Amino acid sequence: MENKRQNTILTIIALLFCTLLIYLGDNNLSRFQLRILNLSAIYVILGLSMNLVIGFTGMFSLGHAGFMCVGAYTAAILTMSPAAKELIYYMVPIHPLLANIQWGVIPAALAGGIVAAIFGVLVGFPALRLRDDYLAIATLGFAEIIRIVVTNTTSITNGSLGLKDIPSVKSLWVYWGFAILTILILRAIINSSWGYAFKAIRDNEIAAEAMGINILKHKLLSFTIGAFFAGLSGALMAYLITSIDPTMFRFTFTFQILLIVVLGGMGSITGSIVAGVLVTVAMEWLRFVEQDMNFFGFVIPGISGMRMVIFSILLLLVVLFYRQGLLGTKEFSWNFFLKLASKRSKQKEVS
Amino acid sequence: MSSEKILITKDLTIKFGGLTAVSGLNLDISKGEIIGLIGPNGAGKTTCFNIITGVYKPTSGNILFHNQDITGLRPDLITKLGIARTFQNIRLFNSMTVLENVMISKHVRLNANLLEAVLHLPRYTNAHRQHLEECMELLEQVGLADVAHEKGTSLPYGKQRRLEIARALATQPTLLLLDEPAAGMNPQETLELMDFIKKIRELYGLTILLIEHHMEVVMGICERITVLDYGITIAQGTPAEVQANQQVIKAYLGTVEDDA
Repeated sequence: MENKRQNTILTIIALLFCTLLIYLGDNNLSRFQLRILNLSAIYVILGLSMNLVIGFTGMFSLGHAGFMCVGAYTAAILTMSPAAKELIYYMVPIHPLLANIQWGVIPAALAGGIVAAIFGVLVGFPALRLRDDYLAIATLGFAEIIRIVVTNTTSITNGSLGLKDIPSVKSLWVYWGFAILTILILRAIINSSWGYAFKAIRDNEIAAEAMGINILKHKLLSFTIGAFFAGLSGALMAYLITSIDPTMFRFTFTFQILLIVVLGGMGSITGSIVAGVLVTVAMEWLRFVEQDMNFFGFVIPGISGMRMVIFSILLLLVVLFYRQGLLGTKEFSWNFFLKLASKRSKQKEVS
Repeated sequence: MSSEKILITKDLTIKFGGLTAVSGLNLDISKGEIIGLIGPNGAGKTTCFNIITGVYKPTSGNILFHNQDITGLRPDLITKLGIARTFQNIRLFNSMTVLENVMISKHVRLNANLLEAVLHLPRYTNAHRQHLEECMELLEQVGLADVAHEKGTSLPYGKQRRLEIARALATQPTLLLLDEPAAGMNPQETLELMDFIKKIRELYGLTILLIEHHMEVVMGICERITVLDYGITIAQGTPAEVQANQQVIKAYLGTVEDDA
């Protein structure tokens, strides 16, 4: 009990410290740095939501890009000004019901999550009866179907022309606020009885069912929560980039998120957070490999996509030699740090 | 034998394609009994368990549990009604501690929703604390309290079996199905297990149906025995009756050829 209270206090202090960092960052960092940090927040949410589905519940689902797409479009349509809509939908006019809506950024992001969650239920209900590779193929297919539907419902989504002039949000508060909320909510879910039920299904579905757990219901729940947060991050992505089109949400995007989950460790929240930030920063930092390079007078022309080759090699190495990822299923805990600290101080006393 | 009937199966039959795995099984189990289900390998014993617990749907026949027809219900609903089982090949949740393994069984009894859990509202935290206490008490009774925080899969074999039984007990069953609980145990462990099974029956007012190959166990604790061979019930009765049954001897040992 004593320990628990201490941990709660430490968590609150850490949260306050985060708020301070966000405040300082918001006022002092350059636009480029802010953009990368905000992108990391989005990838953290994506990584976490996918980890819930793949790492904690053991459902190999590859439909994340589809749910992001739904969230991004929902938020974009809800926040764009009527004037912007009239300008952009020049091929086919926008559906009259949607033409005059203009919501705030945060309610629209939540709406994006909710609509994605509804799609999650619709996709999950038939698909989650499948397992393993079959589930992966089915969800991949559903994600592509969502993307194609978005491309073709021109009066709602403006089709392949995409949407632009989405209200831009640059503040760290919004992105990291949502990221921290996601971390807290998912951590609470995973440590609750439901989290253990998800893990039981992952560990041994037959035994979980024999212990009275309704498999389909729990799988659907996990899948829907995953879809909600994917939709939310899609909405945030729309605010960050301010223009979206269906080709952004191809299935290759899902694999980028999978990269974060596998690198960070399937079944570790901490792992997904660390890997989410690392991958985003590395993705920017590695841009130089795609530029022309000059080796002692020989000019090697830049190849776009070279970054992904590096990530692929990294992923191969992780899967071959370090299968559990950065953290495996381990989590960050205050106890670990406190023990470490007390060991250090003891060592000092001895010496 | 006049007491309340817990489980009745009527002409239970299941066919997988052309193979009849279980044919016309009639069980009739009263409250508090320990019934043995024996037979050579491939006789259909585990299949029977899978039908009773809802993993397979029978091709024909009915299952009555407390006079309620449960034929073809989903496994989780059957568990909720009060039938729990263990597995022939141990199926523990390998990422979890002993206590967590047992706590899983309490999830269905949780009378709170996910939102209450995420927000740590009292209805969830109280229920959770109560379940935790119940599970610790249960672990104490089955002698696993000292290893409550160790990984379930790191336990020695005999204790893993015991944990499987504890996990089944945590679902608060009235009927417990044990699938080869003594498999792979040494004689000492087997003796302990027999005492343990008798003890939990008294403690929780259980009715037990068990599959076993160790004849010591079956003859030692079962009040009645049903013998299957190729899915067909070849004998039913007390241990002594079954032991004397010619067909049973034939099924286990084969026909006696004239040596002369």
